[in-house]
Amino acid sequence: MLYRECGNYKDTYAKDMAIFPIPFDRWGLGVMLVLAFLVIPFTTSDYWLSSIMIPFYCFSLAALGLNFLTGYAGQVSLGHAAFMAVGAYASLILYSRFHVPLLLSILGGGIVSSAVGPVFGIPSLRIKGFYLAVSTLAAQFIIEWILTHWKWVSGGVFGTIDAPDLYVFGWILDTPAKKYYLVLCILVLLVVFGKNLVRGQLGRNWMAIRDMDVAAEVIGVSLFRNKLIAFAVSSFYAGVAGAMVTMAYYGAANIEEFNLVLSFHLLGAIIIGGMGTVLGSFFGAGFMILMPIFINQALLVFLERVPSDLRANSEAIVFGGLIVFFLIVEPYGMARLWHTIKDKMRLWPFPY
Amino acid sequence: MSFFIEVLINGLLVGIMYSLVALGFALIYKASGVFNFAQGAMSLLAGLALVSFLTVMPLWLALVCTVGVMTLLAYGTVFIIFRPLVARPPLILFMAAIGLAFLVEGIGQSIWGTQAKGLFIGIPEITWEVKEVFLNSFDLFFGVVAAVLVAGLVIFFQKTRTGRALRAVADDHEAALSVGIPLLRAWAVTWVIAGIVATVAGVAWGSRLGVQFSLSLIAYKALPVLILGGIDSIPGAILAGLVVGAGENLAEVYIGPYVGGGIQTFFPYLLALLFLWFKPYGMFGKEIIERV
Amino acid sequence: MNQKTEPLLRVEDIHISFGGLKALNGVSLEVYPGEIMAIIGPNGAGKTTMLNIINGVYTPDQGRIFFEGTERPLKMKPHNVAAMGISRTFQNLALFKGMDTWCNIMVGRTQKMHSNFFSQGVYWGTSQKEEIEHREAVEWIIDFLEIENIRKQPVGMLPYGLQKRVELGRALASEPKLLLLDEPMAGMNLEEKEDIARFILDTNEEIGYTIALIEHDMGVVMDICDRIAVLDFGNKIAEGTPEEIKSNPKVIKAYLGEAEQA
Repeated sequence: MLYRECGNYKDTYAKDMAIFPIPFDRWGLGVMLVLAFLVIPFTTSDYWLSSIMIPFYCFSLAALGLNFLTGYAGQVSLGHAAFMAVGAYASLILYSRFHVPLLLSILGGGIVSSAVGPVFGIPSLRIKGFYLAVSTLAAQFIIEWILTHWKWVSGGVFGTIDAPDLYVFGWILDTPAKKYYLVLCILVLLVVFGKNLVRGQLGRNWMAIRDMDVAAEVIGVSLFRNKLIAFAVSSFYAGVAGAMVTMAYYGAANIEEFNLVLSFHLLGAIIIGGMGTVLGSFFGAGFMILMPIFINQALLVFLERVPSDLRANSEAIVFGGLIVFFLIVEPYGMARLWHTIKDKMRLWPFPY
Repeated sequence: MSFFIEVLINGLLVGIMYSLVALGFALIYKASGVFNFAQGAMSLLAGLALVSFLTVMPLWLALVCTVGVMTLLAYGTVFIIFRPLVARPPLILFMAAIGLAFLVEGIGQSIWGTQAKGLFIGIPEITWEVKEVFLNSFDLFFGVVAAVLVAGLVIFFQKTRTGRALRAVADDHEAALSVGIPLLRAWAVTWVIAGIVATVAGVAWGSRLGVQFSLSLIAYKALPVLILGGIDSIPGAILAGLVVGAGENLAEVYIGPYVGGGIQTFFPYLLALLFLWFKPYGMFGKEIIERV
Repeated sequence: MNQKTEPLLRVEDIHISFGGLKALNGVSLEVYPGEIMAIIGPNGAGKTTMLNIINGVYTPDQGRIFFEGTERPLKMKPHNVAAMGISRTFQNLALFKGMDTWCNIMVGRTQKMHSNFFSQGVYWGTSQKEEIEHREAVEWIIDFLEIENIRKQPVGMLPYGLQKRVELGRALASEPKLLLLDEPMAGMNLEEKEDIARFILDTNEEIGYTIALIEHDMGVVMDICDRIAVLDFGNKIAEGTPEEIKSNPKVIKAYLGEAEQA
């Protein structure tokens, strides 16, 4: 059918090693890009753009960052919300206090975050597994504390900084559609960059460390270098995501938005979406955004009959249940389900 | 000086509570290799269940029923969640435990409500003054309970048949299986014990702070305790609990004012991280020699 | 073998113990350029421990290690040892299970790839050129080991014998000066053993790599190796050509002793 490999001869290594060796995938991606750039902003309401699409893109980027670290390099982080917070505060401070141009401020937020991440990644050189998970948890608590207690950073009470109007090259981003484009452009650039990283030597080194760290080191992969780069890249993505979500979605940097629960949600998102795949980060983030809305809508129908306590907790139950479900049934998440479907299509109508 | 001692003692008494939660972690980790992130959620569940049982029955029966609930949870967890995950990488088990934590919190609060509830189990709140040091009957009572529980567990693991079987499972799953110890049942028993420990912790914290969602957050206090002591070490959990409790209390009182206060949230982590740098497996943790 | 040439690798008087248990007790070994050398001995003799020390996975308590005539520090990060030109396969499979065959072998070339972080992220340009260049080298190895048909299969799914072969490929990819093989034929059937033996000989003769291997199958060892060292309970009890080893009374005792227990 449409999705097939045969008849598509790869006569150079360059073709064999392209991101999407199969034409259908390239077309599919093209369609998605057209949708994202040309269709969605003109057909959907402002509510959809600003409350669903923008956070979806931002959290996809954050999930992608966590996926680099956890899904590819095998290092669990329970402090990714804090790295997002660092990016959020750093970019806002750069933008509103030092009047750095917007794009540079967002980049700056990512850079500051990518300097902080490896600090908490250093223990990963000495310790593994759970010990590391706890050490990244420390990042969450320590960063939260610093952001609320250091007056210079938080700029006043409750650790909140409001975002001023956003200008890019003197052009004000005042409508959801303009903010949407800002977020989308940055997202596309970073996703391409990230995809190239993980399919190149760096990504292979990360996966080697994830799968068998001692063997990787004996083969010549420096654990020190690659793990710290993983932490840096991962927290860079988180930082940029934090900066964007603050400027384009929340409108203010508020430490409450970057609490431990968000860290868990990001981790849950990549488990459900698919660890070790770029696509999975998008599935997971989409799920994270849409699930609460979906549940609320579903429960609205039965509003009278559902006890209020259950309504308040249904999100946690569904979320926890799905994490467990996916770990048991499909440890590689929704992205693997998607691949299975594609594999079926590849061979159709001759399934052997 | 007496002020210092008061701070220290209060810290130690809080530390015993940390030890209790950390103990639950250590037990399950030793037996099944699961880093049970849901330990705090289990304490919350136990507290919630106890409060609601207390409205219709006397304390002893309510306690029995609560332990019953925890037993149910233990068996459910082991046979539904962890049976299909046997022999998966530890990281997957850890993430499953995170999922479990969400589930337990969500289900517990769905059944018994989200509002904070007072828990009164009949201990009068008296404050004594011994040589200018203030002590609280509450803290003392639970300090004693915790000590008794720990002693009981030590005896259980050292002297009883079941205890020995559990230690065998903890040492080597496959070897234990091959001498005829049913692995999943052994795990379930461990989870029940951890459930009982969680109940005691839930009651202790609940009657001090009220039963509410924040109860499940004590897990985050127990984590640094755990890594400080070494995840698989029971004496480590107890000792580290005391160290952390005393340490954070002293730090809050003596360092806190200079840096803006509230450092209790992360001081234990800082302590644990510094310590880990020098001893990567904690105070009593088993060192792993890489074999390739 | 010409014993007068400078050894490629020389370890001297290595001692190491784990928790009071002496694993190696003053063992010295040399590996000469161009030879296939075997380390044999009963289980628990310290063979794998020796390889781990050479690789830098363990740091010995005492001893000296020379590579290409210069002494290296006892404590050294394994990836730096790899950079010196020592590669290795493992006793229990240690492939990267989440990756395809060609990616696994590609990891072996990590020390040879230098394009920086940003050009990797941009990909088109220098990084692509480098990837293709190294892909060609990997394809040569895939060709050499006759594993073309599993090039793009996840290694976790492969049968044991093929996994061992991929692991050999990964070790070859770094173009090492010294190749360490830890039981390359363990658990294989006769046919698979013959294949691997052929690859080892080809590697040695065609490409000219120096090889040190651990193996239990005496037949193979006697056939393909130039020199043999025998370890028993952390001590070197014999060293020499296959013929010398066959008739060495200490070796016979060590092996028969083991046979009695078994």
